[in-house]
Amino acid sequence: MINAVGRDIPDYLLVDGKEVYQGRFAKDGQVLKRDAPTCVMNEKPVADKLCESIREACERCGAHDGMTISFHHAFRNGDYTASMVCRVLVEEMGIKDLRVAATSLGDAHNLLADYIEQGIIVQVQASGVRGRIGDAISHGKLKEPAIIRSHGGRPRAMMAGELHIDIAFLAAASSDKVGNASGNGGKNNCGSMGYAMPDSRYADKVVVITDTLAPFPNVPASVKCEDVDCVVVVDEIGDPKRIGTKEARVTQDPRDLMMAERAADVIAATPWFVDGFSYQTGAGGPSLAVTRFLEERMDAKEIKMGVAFGGITGNMCDLQDRGYVRKIVDTQDFDTKAIAHLHDCPDHVEMTVSDYANPASKGAYVNYLDYMILAALEVDVNFNVNVITGSDGVVRGAPGGHPDTAAGSKCCIIVTPLVRGRMPTVCKEVTTVTTPGECIDVVVTDYGTAVNPARQDIIDCLDAAGIPHVSIEYLQEKAYSIVGEPDPLKWEDKVVAIVEARDGTILDVIRQIKPYTFE
Amino acid sequence: MAGKITRPRPNKDRLRRTMMFMNAQRPGLIKDAYIYGCDSIMLDLEDAVAVNQKDAARFSLYHALTTVDYGDTEVIVRINGTDTEYWREDVRVCVAGGADGIRIPKCESAAQVKEVEAAVEEAEREFGVEVGWTLLMAALESPLGIMNAYEICTASDRMLGCAISGGDFRTSMRVQIEPDGIEINTARSMMLLAARAAGVQCLDTMYPNLDDEEGFRREVDLIVRMGFDGKSLINPKQIAYVHERLAPTQKQIAHSEKIVRSCREQADAGVGVYVVDGKMVDPPFFREAERIIELAKKCGVYHGDL
Repeated sequence: MINAVGRDIPDYLLVDGKEVYQGRFAKDGQVLKRDAPTCVMNEKPVADKLCESIREACERCGAHDGMTISFHHAFRNGDYTASMVCRVLVEEMGIKDLRVAATSLGDAHNLLADYIEQGIIVQVQASGVRGRIGDAISHGKLKEPAIIRSHGGRPRAMMAGELHIDIAFLAAASSDKVGNASGNGGKNNCGSMGYAMPDSRYADKVVVITDTLAPFPNVPASVKCEDVDCVVVVDEIGDPKRIGTKEARVTQDPRDLMMAERAADVIAATPWFVDGFSYQTGAGGPSLAVTRFLEERMDAKEIKMGVAFGGITGNMCDLQDRGYVRKIVDTQDFDTKAIAHLHDCPDHVEMTVSDYANPASKGAYVNYLDYMILAALEVDVNFNVNVITGSDGVVRGAPGGHPDTAAGSKCCIIVTPLVRGRMPTVCKEVTTVTTPGECIDVVVTDYGTAVNPARQDIIDCLDAAGIPHVSIEYLQEKAYSIVGEPDPLKWEDKVVAIVEARDGTILDVIRQIKPYTFE
Repeated sequence: MAGKITRPRPNKDRLRRTMMFMNAQRPGLIKDAYIYGCDSIMLDLEDAVAVNQKDAARFSLYHALTTVDYGDTEVIVRINGTDTEYWREDVRVCVAGGADGIRIPKCESAAQVKEVEAAVEEAEREFGVEVGWTLLMAALESPLGIMNAYEICTASDRMLGCAISGGDFRTSMRVQIEPDGIEINTARSMMLLAARAAGVQCLDTMYPNLDDEEGFRREVDLIVRMGFDGKSLINPKQIAYVHERLAPTQKQIAHSEKIVRSCREQADAGVGVYVVDGKMVDPPFFREAERIIELAKKCGVYHGDL
């Protein structure tokens, strides 16, 4: 069936009430009953919940073949925990048919790619997949299609009972013996535990894994003892220095700076740029630089940012320290500076990814977002965005909060170079739709800025401010005139991943990639 | 090898507020340098290119000139000095590729300009380019060049203007760059006088300290007040401030509009000298007001109906 973004979704996937995507607000008002974890009475006091080993915790929690386990990705490339746990389950306990529902998976999890190839991990559900796991998925190594959900789509799926986690293994920088766990106060801090917190509320069993045992009670706690079954102390849970490849620094690349300044000009020209505005940006080169240019424009208008949220970098913390940002509300920290800042500064606080982006909540933060600055691998002439499949069709990215913030924000700006190497970024049709074009308002490139024709209000603002803009078709034609039109990718029939819209409908599917051969 | 030139005809008097230098050998830089919005780009075959890479740079330059659509951004090439073995081949490639103009480095005499002009004309005939198409400009890099600025600027009809090159000039004067420009301001002034006398444009040197934003702005403020037409740049981030400072202010525009309108009325009534806003106005004011309106139009900051 063709869905609202023109994608053909195979009928065999449309079972058990699964529907195709019908538009960004099509499910508004739908009634959900919250799925709840299975709980066990714990009347009799116990001294602690400490286990000798991960294996003991797995046994106590009833680890079994075919179960769904979860991890959070606050340590990103520095995460040790997911691999550590999977190794125990597979090598020591011989568990089979594992379903891994991590908040995201990446280069730190190449071991899991081995288990996928061996048929031990049969399914993956995540907000993003990079590295070898992405390769394995795209080459059809999973028994069941992977499910890609946005940061908000994941807690929605847990609430709706579509994603039911048997055991959540949650790395925590510090924990006491009963499971009051935090992303700070340990020897390896990750800062916000925004991803872990919803899992701790919805999983049947919760295992906190830490390398720093703190005195009871370890409060304030992000994951609370009432939700935790077991606590395991290990040598190292992760390496905070590898959360980002390095401390996010503002780019000096003139092309990035030019695009960033143009995006800042768009922001300054639109009516939501008033005292107390809310703002989020990614940690990529040009996105991060937008904030720098906003500073001058805030000065000129004598206004301050009310709140910055989402993933937080040290740059945003600096900006707050210099008085430009009243509150930072933080789902994850991108560098060690932001991690420490979350701990030290009362106006920089943690939030759960459900608070942040869950469309089935009573009002996620993204719905109160004025400006969202995003990147893209591809944008097409319908403004649909791809951030998941690379130019070779292989899964290698993460929608993360992209679809949530784009749908919620008043003005969503994509900042991207028009071409990358030999590939056009602005194209006729994206390889995979991860964010529907109806949610994208402005595309800023090095060759010009295009506004979604649906946003006549923004077009009028740019015209009034004398900011030049072009059509998205102009950008696409310009891109093709420079690098040519790419040949279509070649696919097998087999669906290897389902891209779920944040409301749980099917936005797109990713098929198995056919090895390239010369013709 | 020459193909048909598709670029617009070079215009000696066009706006040249910003002239951005880049190494002609680096395709990643020159393939789309026009996106930054500078008025002219300066593709360098001289100092930026190593001696054993001159031919590679010429190929890169030729293909850029003939395949990249630079739109209305002017494309000028800095050739190697006339005291080298490279410059004649540089000229042939520039002309064959259809460059808008050639910058003659280390220019010290009218004879040097005429020598390059002869080579350009020969190349134009060789490649079937209209004779006179290719403009010239001179880089003045020594005291002698500054002393001979007027004869240099008037040596050829192709001359669009001259530019001072601070690095070499300071070396020959045995001085370092100073915050207030005192070490080079005499030369700037002399060159400006010569250029204005010759009726050509006058461009300032590049500011070498990329990270010193304040120093750059101070230098731009200075040369704008001195009356320069534009400035050489080495990074796109320097463009915006020069364009901002060289554009007439809204106050200037409003005043000029008033003068132009009233002058037309007064002229119809047969009046020569009269008073606007308490100040005497006569033909020189009128011409300056018209120039400001024209400049404002070119800079894209004029929204009136004159």
